[in-house]
Amino acid sequence: MTDLLSLNAAAQAGLMRNGELSPREAFDFWRARAEEDELGAYLWVAEAAPEDVGDLPPVAVKDLFCVEGVPSTAGSRILEGYRPPYTATSVRNLQSAGAAVLGKTNQDEFAMGSSNENSGYGPVQNPWDRSRVPGGSSGGSAAAVAAGAAPWAIGTDTGGSIRQPAALCGIVGLKPTYGAVSRYGMIAFASSLDQCGPLTRDVTDAALLFRHLVGRDRCDSTSVEYPEPVRLPSAERLDGLSFGVWGLEEEGLDRAVADVIRGTLGTIEELGGAVEEIELPSARQGIAAYYVIAPAEASANLARYDGVRYGPRSGDGDLDAMYEQTRHDGFGDEVKRRIMIGTYALSSGYYEAYYGTAQKVRTRIAEDFRAAFKAVDFVVTPTSPTVAFELGERTADPLAMYLSDYFTVPMSLAGIAAVSIPAGLCDGLPVGLQIAGPAFSESRVLDAAHALEKAIGFEGVPRA
Amino acid sequence: MSITEPEARAYEPVIGLEIHVQLKTRTKMFCGCALSFGEEPNTRTCPICLGHPGTLPVANAEAVHFALMIAMAFECDIAPRSIFHRKNYFYPDLPKGYQISQYDMPLARNGRLGDVRIHRVHLEEDAAKLVHAGASGRIHGAQTSVVDFNRGGTPLVEIVTEPDLRSPAAAAEFGRLLQATLRRMGVSDVNMEEGSLRLDANVSIRPAGEATLGTKTELKNMNSFRFLERGLSAEIARQEELVRGGGEVEQETLHYDPQSGGLTALRTKEEAHDYRYFPEPDLVPIAPTEAMLERARAALPELPAARAERFERELELPGDTARLLSFRSELGDFFEEAIEAGDGDARSVANWVTNELPARIGGADPADTGVEPAALARLVAMVEAKEVSRSAAQEVLDVLVADGGDPRAVVDAKGLSRADTGELAEIVERAIASNQDAVDKVRAGKAQAIGAIVGAVMRETKGRADGGEVQRMIRERIGS
Ligand SMILES: [Zn+2]
Repeated sequence: MTDLLSLNAAAQAGLMRNGELSPREAFDFWRARAEEDELGAYLWVAEAAPEDVGDLPPVAVKDLFCVEGVPSTAGSRILEGYRPPYTATSVRNLQSAGAAVLGKTNQDEFAMGSSNENSGYGPVQNPWDRSRVPGGSSGGSAAAVAAGAAPWAIGTDTGGSIRQPAALCGIVGLKPTYGAVSRYGMIAFASSLDQCGPLTRDVTDAALLFRHLVGRDRCDSTSVEYPEPVRLPSAERLDGLSFGVWGLEEEGLDRAVADVIRGTLGTIEELGGAVEEIELPSARQGIAAYYVIAPAEASANLARYDGVRYGPRSGDGDLDAMYEQTRHDGFGDEVKRRIMIGTYALSSGYYEAYYGTAQKVRTRIAEDFRAAFKAVDFVVTPTSPTVAFELGERTADPLAMYLSDYFTVPMSLAGIAAVSIPAGLCDGLPVGLQIAGPAFSESRVLDAAHALEKAIGFEGVPRA
Repeated sequence: MSITEPEARAYEPVIGLEIHVQLKTRTKMFCGCALSFGEEPNTRTCPICLGHPGTLPVANAEAVHFALMIAMAFECDIAPRSIFHRKNYFYPDLPKGYQISQYDMPLARNGRLGDVRIHRVHLEEDAAKLVHAGASGRIHGAQTSVVDFNRGGTPLVEIVTEPDLRSPAAAAEFGRLLQATLRRMGVSDVNMEEGSLRLDANVSIRPAGEATLGTKTELKNMNSFRFLERGLSAEIARQEELVRGGGEVEQETLHYDPQSGGLTALRTKEEAHDYRYFPEPDLVPIAPTEAMLERARAALPELPAARAERFERELELPGDTARLLSFRSELGDFFEEAIEAGDGDARSVANWVTNELPARIGGADPADTGVEPAALARLVAMVEAKEVSRSAAQEVLDVLVADGGDPRAVVDAKGLSRADTGELAEIVERAIASNQDAVDKVRAGKAQAIGAIVGAVMRETKGRADGGEVQRMIRERIGS
């Protein structure tokens, strides 16, 4: 059999369509790779290929996607043993396109985190350096793809949860426009921000997977019909395109990371693109607004975990005691912290000062981007202020952890399309470049990313 | 204190109602489950209405349509854009930990029904049903509690009135008009015992004639208009006594127990909520299009208040009759069909439809019985033409209700046609001859003694004779 590890998912799909690769063999190959994973990337691996395995490589699915009959815990102990009675629309779309579910990947509990250390089932190691984090919250999906334990994967991005782990693991991660992919069956963190997207080895795979994810879903009122067919990228030049750079002077941005990004800007110009600095005046308030809005929504989204209908139940005695003990035992510290922040922010007397103000900031950030896209085609930033950090390095400092999403949160608040691609290495660890475009501009964003990807020639994790 | 002192100050109650109406849609508010009508517990559920992880609500278009109809029936201003909010609280009847409701941007505001102003109309979802085993019947102190999620997610419309009602009777009367109106529209069963219509009342008192409002209390969940009236009366009496005794009314929520007639305060802990409302991010705003509004407008039937007014104006029916025909719209429909058939005077037909018919069919719909509107109209016409006596016609109606058919055929078959005057004269003659005693008494001025003679005639004619005419003939004959 062909060495599948040397091929991207699109190439494998091509072989399957031509009859040169049996979908079942491919599935078994990847299943074995997933079984052998030692990074903690998987929480569950499929036992066997489904009867009707199709001609797309199997996909690793972040644990928070509900898959009928398959453990789906969102990385939380409070859903231990929960097997949903239904399958998420995004996963069903992939299944009907021919991609079987390979396994469920580890993640920060309820997608709250930037290092995967908040998982209720243990951390994930970065395949580039196993003493480091893979990023989060889709850390398992990113690590699995980077380590060759999955041909491709899906994750969710609320404030950077696809892009940041993709950057830290040296792969491609796309956060689609809000509404492009159905959220039905995605265990919710912050409903107005959560969006499903691909984590892949290259830009072509991201476009191919994204193509099968999009579409209006009658089960998700906030989903929309994608306005055009998703194109597979082919560009090799950037002539006539303008790139607005933001954030290279920001405090907290690692200088070496900034230098890698500057190098990439040079590549953009070599490919015929124009680079200029732009200002996003309200983006600096992004983290502050995000850490009001997301916890506020989460505080309501997580109220359903009460031990009554599903999941473990602790405590006896009266109802309140049962609620308290179940939630005390089931939720991790970061989840509890955010529930408290969110509950406080929505409380009577504080609502306007916190939630109201945060929504105003959100509107301003969206306006900043609208203004920027009148001047430039794309906005580029570093994806993460630093490369992958040591496991345990930031667990005691939530604020430092929150700043991991400094460059990704503004795009989430604005609901626009953004992709992270590997820009190069810094001390042997990957650096991600973020390219953002207006809502529903994924095909153009991915085309530009493709041209850059070709020129950068980034190679994945060195294999023994 | 002398009895000549002026009456103690008069107080005036100020009452507003908060009404919850379960809509009669095909499916629940935010999922595809069919509505439940007493099915086995937890058989009308799905991952969405059980609040499973990852599920999302989708607003029921039919519920929005019904809510728009209601808003229009109440002549409200419909919001061009209204949104849903999450109302957060922990309770086992609320599987998501929040209720999806509307808050500061409701579907409609500023309406009117009768002479009561409607403050707002909004859409929300119903909670599940809790059943508590144990002495208290409440969740605290219950041995076990079980949840039936069949009701959870049923569409509700909440209607809030302005505090425009000034007596318990007016509140109950308004409630009846509201019930008749919604029933006529076909948007709800509006059955108070089954809970598809639920009433809460806010009540305060103030010195008569003053404009300021007193501190109000809330009466929860009165499940009949009679209890609403009694509960309000009890609470108004309690407040008056309190105030007259120099006390102050405290803002609290009360439960009226119809058995004991007593009012009990609900534990304050249960009402001390901060619901932390915020816009529901899983739903898009309701922005009614011109087509949606047109469809709602077209679906509105003539409403009871307008219909009663028309019956009074055009057909000159008495107010009570017109209201009865409008509040029980099935009687109104039957009446209009009977009038349409062309026979019989409208007032007489209305009389029969509102008196004789309900006496035989109770609360049933006449369309479900044997009697056709045209048949009743013909029967009434026969009575008017004196072809049949009133009492014989009542007998005919018994047959029509039970078996249907044509009134004339029934009259012929049972030999109920009015005795003709020649035959009747002979019978009257005989009756006078055999009741000479009574004749003497009548002549002596004892008018009521005529009854014996009339009775004899009626017996002989088996009720076919008209009592009034018989009296007249007897009086003529004996010259009194
Ligand atoms: Zn349901």
